[in-house]
Amino acid sequence: MSISPIRVTAYTLTNALGSGVEASRSALKSHQSGLQPCDFQDVDLSTWIGRVEAIEECPLPAELSRFECRNNRLAHIGLQVDGFNQQVNEAVNRYGADRVGVFMGTSTSGIGASEAAYQQRGESNQLPKTFQPHTTHIIYSITDFVRSYLQLKGVALAVSTACSSSAKVFATAQRYLQAGLCDAAVVGGVDTLCLTTLYGFNSLDLVSAERCRPWDATRNGINIGEAAGFALLEREDVSCSGPLLLGYGESSDAYHMSTPHPEGLGAAQAMSQALTMASISHEAVGYINLHGTATPSNDSAEDAAVMQVFGDRIPCSSTKGWTGHTLGAAGIIEAIFSLISMESGFLPRCLNTKQKDKTLSANVLLESKQQSIDYVMSNSFGFGGNNCSLLFGSDR
Amino acid sequence: MKPIYIESIGIIAPGIENWQQAEAILAEDGCYQVADLTPLKPSMLKPNERRRTTLTIKLALQVVQDALSSSDDYSDLKTIFVSSDGDMDIVNRICQALTLPDHPVSPTFFHNSVHNAPAGYCSITTGFHAASTSLSGLNGSFSVGLLDAAVQATIEQQPVLLISYDTPWPEPLKAFKPHQQPFGVAMVVRAEPTKHSLAKLNLSLNLHGDIDQMDDSRLEQLRANTPAASSLPLLQSIIQKRSTSLLLPYLVNEQMSVEIEPCH
Repeated sequence: MSISPIRVTAYTLTNALGSGVEASRSALKSHQSGLQPCDFQDVDLSTWIGRVEAIEECPLPAELSRFECRNNRLAHIGLQVDGFNQQVNEAVNRYGADRVGVFMGTSTSGIGASEAAYQQRGESNQLPKTFQPHTTHIIYSITDFVRSYLQLKGVALAVSTACSSSAKVFATAQRYLQAGLCDAAVVGGVDTLCLTTLYGFNSLDLVSAERCRPWDATRNGINIGEAAGFALLEREDVSCSGPLLLGYGESSDAYHMSTPHPEGLGAAQAMSQALTMASISHEAVGYINLHGTATPSNDSAEDAAVMQVFGDRIPCSSTKGWTGHTLGAAGIIEAIFSLISMESGFLPRCLNTKQKDKTLSANVLLESKQQSIDYVMSNSFGFGGNNCSLLFGSDR
Repeated sequence: MKPIYIESIGIIAPGIENWQQAEAILAEDGCYQVADLTPLKPSMLKPNERRRTTLTIKLALQVVQDALSSSDDYSDLKTIFVSSDGDMDIVNRICQALTLPDHPVSPTFFHNSVHNAPAGYCSITTGFHAASTSLSGLNGSFSVGLLDAAVQATIEQQPVLLISYDTPWPEPLKAFKPHQQPFGVAMVVRAEPTKHSLAKLNLSLNLHGDIDQMDDSRLEQLRANTPAASSLPLLQSIIQKRSTSLLLPYLVNEQMSVEIEPCH
């Protein structure tokens, strides 16, 4: 199946490296990690986190106070940088508010609001009356918030497939654009630090006490991060410039809820589909931004999948040593990192990784390099064996 | 939007055990009796997995099983799971655990807490490797899922299995959504008709007007309080083989129009 390519006409991201594309670009180039020892609330875990500064000091405007929670606050911060909200307004002027869709990905949305409400339970176990689960906790609340803030009236939904959520929104938006149900699409991913994911991943022994180091022989788990990323997508023939989404692959491992298929079966299927859809040979791809969570099983499964589809030639790396694993936001954050790589020719190394695991074979970069590339792939894989690979091409 | 074709429907609700029963119950007004949900034992799950999974996961899998039982033709279907709220029972257990000393979150509950947990179990038990997505659209979740199924089936020219499900909120969350009932519906959506097609649907958006209700007050109670059950007017029209046009809830203050034509 081939698709109509779509153009990424604007993008922005906010993560532990700071707000805006330039903050991420300069931190990547200077090898400055955003990870810090965990100081989130009163969490008593020995781990590192990728925390966004100042969320606590940035309440939502009064007219949007029904959405008040850490996750929607981060979305609000993220929408205001790089002139993204103005670019959406220009799209509204081009097409009308009812022709701009919103497709958001999140893993836990505003579950932090529920965690806080449970801490405040009354004597008869009742939750505080001020708790508003429908506009904070519920998965759709992030889409509702973005749509309300940007005053959009087009098609909308929330995707929640764990850590592939905000990669899949690109595929979803492409289909809605091709079907003619919208003329532009705001896609995004937002996930924020919360007790559920910190203690939950810890219960599965997947959290590292050190800085995460993908593909390292001694890797021992993830660092959790938070982030918001947004992109504006339009049809290829729009008069604006911007990189193109040429293909995507989506698959299911059908293997295990929290462990990937050991040979990377579903991951390989997703990467192959993206190449086939784009009608591009694997040799043309210049860089892969790996999912690379730094758990022993995730990296070895992805390594097997990359070897099966690409062999050991293509430069690749995981950028989680910079941001931590931003879960439902990881798909779009790393898609944007891939676009930054393609635009600047800067291929980042695996930060913190010192001794590559000898049992892994992919060409994982231990030193960053400058190399002009025309096509990039970004991988995102989630619990439930949910896989998504995106293939972008430059505007050249 | 091009038309879509519906086949192989499954349903679970209090007082409705499967599609075969629904065909009798929804054929005429007055046949529906309120009852407790029959205990769910989807044979897709092994007994030990059934013990470890929740009502939400079992409900979603049982309705998949009901939909796929009508034909052996289905292999490697793409799936769309849509639920307004996901699994609030697990949310309740995790949030409670987080208030206790040492925060004893169960690893099983944690990996089952993802919105795509039913989709994960479904792919593991069916062996479907095709794309799967898990969506939320609040009270318009059924329409959001149906529209996404129409888009996927049309653009990718492959059949899609749509599963829309919701379950009641437990105490103390229940105070914020007191009347939601367990309800699941699943259907295969195609861009082209087949000999199994039950109805042809035309979807259109951006409409305002009164949402269609059920004439039977007990079914209306179910429809009005549970997002997945907003499919009931559509399901009844399909069973009654009526050519009609319905308004279903879509996004906040918006409706989706569904024009229905029976296929046989």
